[in-house]
This record gives sequence, C-alpha cells and structure tokens, in this order.
Amino acid sequence: MTTKLDVQGLANPSCPAPTETDRITLSHGAGAGATSRLFETILWPQFRNDTLGVRHDGAVFPAGPAGERLAFSTDTFVVHPIEFPGGDIGSLAVHGTLNDLAMCGAEPLGLSCALILEEGLPLATLERIVASMAQAAAAAGVAIVTGDTKVVERGKGDGIYVNTAGVGRVPDGRVVHPGRVRAGDAILVSGPLGDHGAAVLSVREGIEFDADIASDSAWLGGLVEHLFNAVPELHCLRDPTRGGLGAVLHEIGGAAQLAIEIDESALPVREPVRVICELLGLDPLFLASEGRCVAFVPERDAERALAALRSHALGAHAARIGTVQPGPPRVVVRTRAGTRRLLLLPAGDPLPRIC
Amino acid sequence: MKLVDEFRDPELIRGLAARIVRRATRHWTVMEVCGGQTHSIVENGLDEVIAERITLLHGPGCPVCVTPLETLDRARRIALETGAIVCSFGDMLRVPGSRGDLLGARAYGGDVRVVYAPLDAVRLAARTPERPVVFLAVGFETTAPAVAVAARFALQQQLENFHLLVSHVRVPPALEAIASAPDAHVDAFLAAGHVCTIMGTAEYEPIAARFGIPIVATGFEPVDILEGIAMAVEQLETGAAKVEIQYARAVRPAGNPIARAMLAEVFEIADRPWRGIGVVPRGGLVLRPPYDVMDAARAFPWLEDETSTEPQQCRAGEVLRGALRPPSCPEYGRRCTPDHPLGAPMVSSEGACAAYFHYRATSLAP
Repeated sequence: MTTKLDVQGLANPSCPAPTETDRITLSHGAGAGATSRLFETILWPQFRNDTLGVRHDGAVFPAGPAGERLAFSTDTFVVHPIEFPGGDIGSLAVHGTLNDLAMCGAEPLGLSCALILEEGLPLATLERIVASMAQAAAAAGVAIVTGDTKVVERGKGDGIYVNTAGVGRVPDGRVVHPGRVRAGDAILVSGPLGDHGAAVLSVREGIEFDADIASDSAWLGGLVEHLFNAVPELHCLRDPTRGGLGAVLHEIGGAAQLAIEIDESALPVREPVRVICELLGLDPLFLASEGRCVAFVPERDAERALAALRSHALGAHAARIGTVQPGPPRVVVRTRAGTRRLLLLPAGDPLPRIC
Repeated sequence: MKLVDEFRDPELIRGLAARIVRRATRHWTVMEVCGGQTHSIVENGLDEVIAERITLLHGPGCPVCVTPLETLDRARRIALETGAIVCSFGDMLRVPGSRGDLLGARAYGGDVRVVYAPLDAVRLAARTPERPVVFLAVGFETTAPAVAVAARFALQQQLENFHLLVSHVRVPPALEAIASAPDAHVDAFLAAGHVCTIMGTAEYEPIAARFGIPIVATGFEPVDILEGIAMAVEQLETGAAKVEIQYARAVRPAGNPIARAMLAEVFEIADRPWRGIGVVPRGGLVLRPPYDVMDAARAFPWLEDETSTEPQQCRAGEVLRGALRPPSCPEYGRRCTPDHPLGAPMVSSEGACAAYFHYRATSLAP
C-alpha cells in the first residue's frame, strides 16, 4: 500500500492562535508565569509602592523612632484535600505565614486567623483543624490573637478556607531581601524538595497511591535563627512553596537582575518523590515544599551556612545547589550529561503527561 | 531509582556519545519519532554531545500535537453547550483550539476534568448517570489499549452516558508519510519503544525495506537514546537497513498479544487527519461495532457540522515531519512561547517546540 500525504495539508501546515482568556483560570493561581503576570498587570499598577516593590514574602517597614522594624505577611490556604499525610490546612496555614515572616528575618509577635467555612462542614473536622492550628502556633511560641469567621452557602466553598496574617519584629541589622543577592552568592536548600506537593498529590482523588511520603510542613523560625547566628551576613531567604524551587529561583533572579545556575545532580529529592514525578511526568523543581527554605549567602560563608543548616533537625539534608552568576536574569540547569539547559516556568499547574 | 538511574549515568552517556562520533564517517540525520524521546534529548542536551556527526530531527510522535483542531473545538463545544463532563489526560486540556483550550472552558462554565486513566472516566460515568461523560481519547498505540479496556467495561456495564471522542493515531503510516515526503531527508528512524512494546516491530519491516532506512525501536532514557543512535549509525555505516530493537527490556518482536487483541476487538484502522500534516491514510483508529455506540459523534450528531480552519501563523506541520527545526521558525520564542502558543508543539511537554523552548541550550548564547 502506498501512503501519500494530503497535498493541501503539506502546503498549508498551520496551527491556530489561541484566544487569550478574559477570565481567571486556575493557571493564575499556580504560582508560575500566569500568577506573576496577574500581579504585574492587575495588582501592581493599582497598589504600586516601595514596600510592595521589594517583592519579598512579606513587607518590612519602620515602626518606631529608634529604627525598629516590623514584618507583616498574609497568606490564604485552599489546599484540597484539607487533611493530608503530614499535616492539614490548619497547621499549613500557621506554618505558611510564620515562614513568610521567618523569610523576612523576623521573630513572630502574633497571628490572625480568618476562616471561611462552607455550610455543612462537620464540626468535628473544624475542631481538628483548629486544634492543629493551636498546636502549630504553640510550637512556634506565638499566639493567635485576632480573627474572623464567615460561613458561605453549601457549594460556594470547599469545606474550609483559611487565611492567616502575621506580624513580626525584625532584629537590628538584619536585612534580607532579593535586592541583596549578589553575583557569586552560594545557593543552599535546607532539605529535600517537593515532599508537600507529592504528599497532597498522593491523596488527591483519582491518583491516590501508597507511598512513604508526608508533607514537610514545619515552622522554619528556629532553623532560620540558627542560620542567622552562624551567618549574620545572610543575603536572602525564601521558602519554595507554590511553584516550588523553580518559581523561587525565577523570582529572586528576576528581582536581583542576576542569572542563577544550579546543578541538577546536587538537588536533594527523596526517592518516593522522584518515583512519583517519574510516573506522572512532573518535575520536582516545581513541586511545593512547606518546611524548606532557600538561602542565598556570600561564597565565603557557604560552608559555615551549610554546616549550620545541617546541625539543625530541620536541615539535616541541606545541600548547596548552585551559584548566582552575573548576567541577565535566567535560571540555568547544569545537567547530569554535563550540558546546560534553561529552566523555564511552567505555564500553569503541573499537569501529568499522557505518556 | 532502579531502571532509571543506570540509564542516566553520565559516564555511559559520554562514552556512547564518543562512540557515535568516532564510528560515523560522515554526517547522518536521525529522526526520533516520539515526543517523549524529544523531551529527553533536549532536556539532557543529547543532540549537543553528538552534534559533530549527527543531526537529530524531531518526529511527529506527540499525540497531543497531532490531534486535529476540529477535535479540540468539538470537545470544547461539548463541554460548554451540552452540560456533559469532558475529560482527558492533563496535557491534552491545555492545547489551543480555535477558541481557546479545554481547561480555559472551565472559566466559562464547562465541566472539564483531568483524569489519569481512561477507566477513571468510566467510573465517573457510573457515578453520574444523569450526565453524559465524554472521554477525549488521544494517543498512539500505547494509550489506545487502556481506552479499549475502558470501552469494554463501559459496554459490560451498559453505561449509556459514557462516550468516546476518539483521536487515536498509528505510528507506522506516519513514518511512511515522512519517508516519502519530498522535503524531508531522514537517514534513520528511532521508533518509539513504548509503541513497539504493544505492537511489536513487524509493521516496520516493510518500511525499512521499501525506503532502505534503518529503524531502531528505542527507549526514552538518555542512555537508551544514544544506544539507539549508535545502532542506527552502525547500520548506516555498513549499508544495512533493517529493524532492530534497542529497548529490549520492554519490546518483543511480536509485541504484547493481549493488548493487540484488545485493540483489534475495540478499534479498526481508518484514515485520519493529523494536525499540521494532513490526512494520513490508515493513520488512525476508530471504534468498531459494537463499541461504536459510544462514539461521541452519535450522541452529539451536530459535531459533524463543526469545521475548523487552521490559521496560517504556525508551521507545526513542517516541525512535526522534521522539515523545520523549532528554533528556525520565525515565530519561535517571539510570538510563540509556552505561555502564548501559536500551535500545539509549543504546548505539550512532548511537543518539539516546547521541549526546545524549555531546555534549549543554544538560547543560552548571549
């Protein structure tokens, strides 16, 4: 049998231009390209100010005549399912905001808790979540000092959404933000990547699987204090939550206007997380962690910083993953084969591949 | 990780690359057929380590990329106009149709869901008897058996609300089309290992003989791909043109007889339009009786009226048959990026343009 190509098809090989969406899609919340476009095109032009312009995890501003500084941060949690291996939406909401404060170098003073509850949520579930919040806050030595509760009609929420905000005090002399990152800085991560993202995936409807994975959700304040004690010159901290390490490197590189080069073989990823990523066609670089931080430190402090991280319980598997380079902002991965490739942000939530 | 790490070993990669470059006495052009292979090549920079002697062309093996525009537009209309639940594999839902992708239809009220296996769609249909469930079935001979199993279950359970919008494609006719196209020059093919795991290698024998082209059924890890290329180069250097199996840990010459029987029970071969390429004779699969009762075209007869014309900006067709390398496209990285794709190869992680855009080391040049 002879096979012939459709002549017209050959002459006019083409694909369509997709229409830009004029509505919010899930991509806008995925923490990658669409999220930053949403910020740059809708939020930033209206809210524009110097404090927001620092583009850090929280705002740091002066709060007294003697040069005292406060850090202020907020985060909303919509994770589904609300309970997962290693945590739940309550502990996650406390850790998330406390960690944002920690990434500003701040010691927490107090937290708020706003709950949006869906009609029909079992009270027993709410009790578990709230107890989990109280426990997580107590472990960090901070109180939940104000809050709000709203109930929405059944079908208008997903059981429970939690917003937390936190205020912290930034000790004298501590200045950590993306603008301080310099070419030559060493890039460290405090532990294996993507445990939280993989843990949530493992209980999501349709892809439940048995794996020895628990969320890494944890308060990082203790680890961060330990690191500051060893390396007061710390330049920048960031927790790789939504969008994972990949998004963090893009944000910091973009804000600092510097290139970032990481070594693929140095990235710490637990074996079960790797297996899940291989099976589903996902990249652990873009999976969320909720109890890890990325630290940018001067090269001369790199070894000391790594030793400090590793001597803390939450940093036992810390690793140096790369170096900040001069040059235009971009993220480059040195592959195991010795070649280099660009790391780009995914267009939306990571989707499993067909094959 | 077992069966992964040993096939990504840097020493082995370097050794194989050196062997290929040493063995080749001239420049050869090799096409990897499958998008999964393209992904692995570009992710690991394998094309660079052998560039001295080998040009790698990226073939049409991205099922997401070759799914016709019409099929996408039909799926979107079903989602928006009928109240049906439309589901498919994740990356399929982000491929642009004429009026946007399927995931985007959710923002306009469409019920579009990611499923991880076709059987999940059958379970969904069993749970929601009051609503039609349409599974957009795409993929090569690799994914088709799982759809065949789903169709069988749906028939057994007499699920009248389960429908299949089928766009399955077959690899061998596409290889024939590429080998006989006037503007393509391919010295050897790396056939897709997973397709051969199902179908075996017999279908490729006549193609290798007729076009005098070596065909090596090859796996997806870096070491697999370089070994497949080394086998192809060895054939080219010795004037051979036969079908060989590199991916021996998964491929048997006869394939998987159970899966093949399942395919034969549920599907029959038909001509099929491939997006960007045109109608490929015997290039696809359609449901055969009694399974054709679940063909979405029966449940939604107005689908036949949905015709879509492809605008002219994207040269995906040339990319898909290896006539144009993605970075050579005038729109690549300019008007066409993964955030704003002009065509499907820039969307799927299997797509050649997206693979280049995500990983391309040449774009590292200042």
